[in-house]
Amino acid sequence: MLSRVANSIYWLGRYLERAENYARFIDVNFNLMQDLPGDLKEQWLPLIATTGDLELYKSKYQGFERQNVLFFLVFDAENPNSMISSIKFARENARIIRENLSKETWEKSNELHYMMQHGLEKKVWKKEDPRPFFEKVKNQILLIYGIADSSVARVEGWYFRQLGQYLERADKTSRVLDVKYHILLPSDQEVGTPLDFLHWMALLKSVTAFNTYRRVYGNIDPACVVEFLVLNKYFPRSIYFCIKKAEHCLHNISGNLGGGYMNSAEKAIGELRSRLEFSEVGELIGYGLHEYLDNLQVKINQISDLVDTTFFTIRDNQVQQSQSQS
Amino acid sequence: MNIDHYKTGGHFDEMVSPEGEIRSHYEEFYKHLKKTSSRKMNHLQFSANQTQRSMGMTFNVYHDNQGLEKILHLDIIPRIIPNSEWEILESGLKQRTKAINYFLQDIYNEQQVLKDGIVPSDLIVKSRDFLEPCIGLTPPKGIWCHITGTDLVKNVDGQYYVLEDNLRCPSGVSYMLESREIIKRVYPDIFNQKGVKPVSDYPAKLLSMLQNLSDKPKPVVGVLTPGIYNSAYYEHSYLALQMGVELVNGVDLIVENNKVYMQTTKGLEQIDVLYRRIDDTFLDPLTFNPESMLGVPGIFEAYKAGNIALANAPGTGVADDKAVYAYVPKIIEYYLNEQPILNNVPTYLCREEEDRAYVLEHISELVVKETNAAGGYGMLIGPKSTAEEHEKFRNLIRNNPKNYIAQPTLSLSTVPTLADNTISGRHVDLRPYILYGKDIEVIPGALTRVALKEGSLVVNSSQGGGSKDTWVLY
Repeated sequence: MLSRVANSIYWLGRYLERAENYARFIDVNFNLMQDLPGDLKEQWLPLIATTGDLELYKSKYQGFERQNVLFFLVFDAENPNSMISSIKFARENARIIRENLSKETWEKSNELHYMMQHGLEKKVWKKEDPRPFFEKVKNQILLIYGIADSSVARVEGWYFRQLGQYLERADKTSRVLDVKYHILLPSDQEVGTPLDFLHWMALLKSVTAFNTYRRVYGNIDPACVVEFLVLNKYFPRSIYFCIKKAEHCLHNISGNLGGGYMNSAEKAIGELRSRLEFSEVGELIGYGLHEYLDNLQVKINQISDLVDTTFFTIRDNQVQQSQSQS
Repeated sequence: MNIDHYKTGGHFDEMVSPEGEIRSHYEEFYKHLKKTSSRKMNHLQFSANQTQRSMGMTFNVYHDNQGLEKILHLDIIPRIIPNSEWEILESGLKQRTKAINYFLQDIYNEQQVLKDGIVPSDLIVKSRDFLEPCIGLTPPKGIWCHITGTDLVKNVDGQYYVLEDNLRCPSGVSYMLESREIIKRVYPDIFNQKGVKPVSDYPAKLLSMLQNLSDKPKPVVGVLTPGIYNSAYYEHSYLALQMGVELVNGVDLIVENNKVYMQTTKGLEQIDVLYRRIDDTFLDPLTFNPESMLGVPGIFEAYKAGNIALANAPGTGVADDKAVYAYVPKIIEYYLNEQPILNNVPTYLCREEEDRAYVLEHISELVVKETNAAGGYGMLIGPKSTAEEHEKFRNLIRNNPKNYIAQPTLSLSTVPTLADNTISGRHVDLRPYILYGKDIEVIPGALTRVALKEGSLVVNSSQGGGSKDTWVLY
């Protein structure tokens, strides 16, 4: 597969997953706000803090009013990580490599792009209840996954898209969990109160983990939630699960199915996977959850960079030209 | 739909004769049209538009800083061509392609046609499309023009006239293919009854033509595109997809030891045949335009060494120059010793004194074209222009006569077209596609471009034209 094409497929996977996650956690925050007591102000700041774009937001807006936050996260083309930007980039990547995609994958990505444009025209962020829109976007993305799942051959391209998707998902789950660090409780005494539980529940719901969590653990307990979302071996959005899957993709790409590693990307992800595999939740919390998650995000970025240098970097033939001319 | 009011307006109409009779090859379609309500037709048109949008059947508009992608409007009323008429076109196009190929081989080698004075020597060797690096070259299998899209129109006399031979990177074939898929859904019944020749095997034919250019048992084929900002990018990726080959940019390729390689996730992989959609002079900065970032340094040397086949061969552009066009009938007679089957439009070469004098005097009746421009740019339609514009072009011609030709304004034929809840005639042209592989083959279909504005003759997509599906009947 052409390196340039592999690069585009990988980013197609990442951007779609990013957009889907944004749709999820905006939806959940919306729900959460409705459950909060009236005297507690709506909290939209934590949502922006989790995306890592707080600085950019502050440079553009005053305060954290709902409509501004929604616009920034969903429709602001100047925010490179907004849903509309992610979907535009996803579609642009799909367009670049359309010859490598199934007709349906391309068409549904294209429709998704127009769906966002339509939302922009209709000023969805100003609606009293914009949730149906997020639901639609999320479903459209799930539809793309579903079509791919049942129609794309498990060859290189498939694994590159999955690799992008799982690395992005691992990053986003870590950020969702980090929301808890940013959400303010009225006072320390509120820890363990219904309000605190509401937050943890909202968090689980944002990754569609609530029912599964209930079955596994029963009661809402912060340490259990952390354990579930970081270390669980079977839940498809837990960080461990995503990293394990991403590692699997890398091995399939290089054909290294016998264990060990064949390149620096495999080595880095193998290290991270085994560290997660043998971690206890107590260690994580003892380390400081926020710090632990920060660290994890840095590692995921490093892996992404190594994927880039290992597979996507191409020699510049134009440079060769100027050398041979001089 | 009420179409009793439909008028031919003094042009040749493809559906209705001047006497108001429905031509026999349109009869069934006409009946279908009559019994379909205008509401239904509008609805079908709406769905076709939606389908196009979801397929992403778009082209980019140059000079538009928004990087706007536009949809080439597809009118759902087809243009129908009876088989007897098509057979003439087909043999005429084959004849033309064969002669032009001989011509190209000759001018880059013996130049006998120039020595014999059939075509003026300076017209060829001084043309900016005459590529000196190609002198002495014989491309693989002796074929220069593998893919041609010839533009024709039908005049009021009911005869086809060739407007130009597009031998460089003719585009639009993806619209022919995709439009057919859409239109098949619009008229599911009528398709079976009428018997329309299929076009859907074009990509397979294109692929085997390309594979034929290499002697390897399993040659690696690719489509070379200038990239996503090119107006025809949709088509490049469509064709690569349909053929199941790689779509490559210049940056994906690298030349080592006169061989061309693709840069893949598993290292370098040699490529044997390229259907290149990059203009000649952008192909290789080492041989041609050193400024080009689109091409592949060293690819021309690899081509000369026989390590890669290129379609179309570099250098073909010299033969579709609008001035050389005037000589094509002579070229046919010279190489094939046959009478041309298809008409040329009478052409005045401003480089010739007598012709120029005529053009300057009769400019208000003529269409003036730049010999090297494409896409409807740089032309004057005399009868539709102001005295000021006439004067401007007179000056352009006087200053650079070799750059211009002029032709009488033809009255392009019309085809019924859906417009504002009714149906009226709109002018069309026709671009069939010809593949030159083991044999020369004309695909039984075409891109029919239609001037959507009433009375307009400009059919170019970049200038507000649309398209129609073209049905060639069995």
